[in-house]
Amino acid sequence: METIVTLTKYFEFSPYISILEMSYLLASILFILGLKKLSHPDTARSGNLWAAAGMGLAILCTILFHKTTLNDGTAQGIHNIGWILGALVIGSIIGWLAAKKVKMTAMPQMVSLFNGMGGACAALISMMEFPRMQSNLAAVQATTMLNGEALAILLGLMIGGVSFAGSMIAFGKLDDRIGDIKSPVLRYINLAFLILLLAFVVFVMFKAPVSGENWMIYALAVLALVYGVTFVMPIGGADMPVVISLLNSFTGVAAAMGGFLYHNQAMLTGGILVGSSGTILTILMCKAMNRSLLNVIIGAFGGSSAAGEETGDKTVKEISLSDAAVLLSYSKKVLVVPGYGLAVAQAQHLCHELENLLESKGVELKYGIHPVAGRMPGHMNVLLAEADVAYEKLQEMEDANNEMNNTDVVIVVGANDVVNPAAEDDPSSPIYGMPVLKVWEARNTIIMKRSMAKGYAAIENNLFYHTKTRMLFGDAKATLQKLIGEIKNL
Amino acid sequence: MNEILKFFMEYREAIFIIILSIFLGIEVISHVPSVLHTPLMSGANAIHGVVIIGAIIVMGHAGNVLSMILGFIAVVLGTLNVVGGFVVTDRMLEMFKKKKTQK
Repeated sequence: METIVTLTKYFEFSPYISILEMSYLLASILFILGLKKLSHPDTARSGNLWAAAGMGLAILCTILFHKTTLNDGTAQGIHNIGWILGALVIGSIIGWLAAKKVKMTAMPQMVSLFNGMGGACAALISMMEFPRMQSNLAAVQATTMLNGEALAILLGLMIGGVSFAGSMIAFGKLDDRIGDIKSPVLRYINLAFLILLLAFVVFVMFKAPVSGENWMIYALAVLALVYGVTFVMPIGGADMPVVISLLNSFTGVAAAMGGFLYHNQAMLTGGILVGSSGTILTILMCKAMNRSLLNVIIGAFGGSSAAGEETGDKTVKEISLSDAAVLLSYSKKVLVVPGYGLAVAQAQHLCHELENLLESKGVELKYGIHPVAGRMPGHMNVLLAEADVAYEKLQEMEDANNEMNNTDVVIVVGANDVVNPAAEDDPSSPIYGMPVLKVWEARNTIIMKRSMAKGYAAIENNLFYHTKTRMLFGDAKATLQKLIGEIKNL
Repeated sequence: MNEILKFFMEYREAIFIIILSIFLGIEVISHVPSVLHTPLMSGANAIHGVVIIGAIIVMGHAGNVLSMILGFIAVVLGTLNVVGGFVVTDRMLEMFKKKKTQK
């Protein structure tokens, strides 16, 4: 009897609350199934829709059925519904338009931007909840703010703030608005900020709550924003996908803090799910580049990599457009290796045109896709798919390497580090050990490049000096255009 | 020590969900092919937009002008995350799908 009385105290039964909690359960299930489906090519698209449906359900039911228990014990539904709906409409329109209008090449930036929005949202929630929590604690004359609620609020602000600022910097870098600042000093400043940030959280938690004294929350917000900036600043632009993935999981954790705060299971499950799968995804991305996460964050790539500096006089051999046209037309098997240069030049449609042209002459053309070619894993697949290149024409790295011996010509379009033989044979090279496309095993290699400039890793590529390699300098788009013209005139 | 034990008892349900969700998150995506890294990241990005529920709750009992303004911004930002995230992911995946059916 005793227990029943206490239970009813906690659960003021109401059918609405039950419906709300059931909707959260359903939303969580949809998130999990959505993520599961997203990791298989055939089901990915429906997975995304499932997760979106779960989200819509959770939002709708929250507006309709959520009740907050006030200090005097009465339950109160959601107010300001007009404003909430207004904000939802504004956000939906802007989000929808931005996502629909963005060019395929700018997708990474967009993901980063949206991630930052989520982080900022989590941080704002904490900033609004802190004063309320503090005055509640002060009212019961608590001596410290050591409790789960305060911890969730402070961590939510800290992680959300870092995620927001970091995502904005990552966005700027990918959009070429912000350059890299590589300095070993920054690494220490960084570490100092992190320690300061954590120490400040601990300091606030041990403080006695004083109603109305809220400067700490603003100070913490500023610290988190500054740390977010210094955290991403030294990391090279080419590593931004990994950083975005990491910040993505941060935002997940920040959202989970909100769930902890409101005892909201949908936020808790959704947030933690993204937090953990995001972390694993980040590690998988690093593995695809054969690097550790720490290595990426410290930014050891490039800059200091003077290793493998060659001084011997090496010459590159150029090939004329007409020679290249003849070579390609009389080949049996051609492999195109696209890289970020292709994305920059927007030459994917011309690639497809070249493919059709050569196929009509009986040449077999395929694409060799390195998992980290471009600026995001899968970047090249998306890009070529946009130009209507058939899915089965895209070969994964291993398959392409297996057939490399039988390939007559490899055309490298705007790729560099992913075809660098140093990854195989130069232990002093910073990319040593990274799996690469072994294009030097093919009979001929044509490299389309704007100049002899180095790739993102800023290291020399000996492939350019290989006896079987011919260079075709110029912008990828213009060169492909001319090449197609030459082949047509043969 | 006593504090920690008390903390655990008070939040044991949340802690259970957190720990189980961590394993679930790892398990669910551990065999993803590299081609799908980007869409998966983007999809996960949209899912953490669930933080918008928190924004709606705060906004739902905001009293003064400042918290109304902050709440309004929070809901707008959260919606951007959700809607933008899902639409961008769908656009990315649309391209994979189209190729498949053309076979």
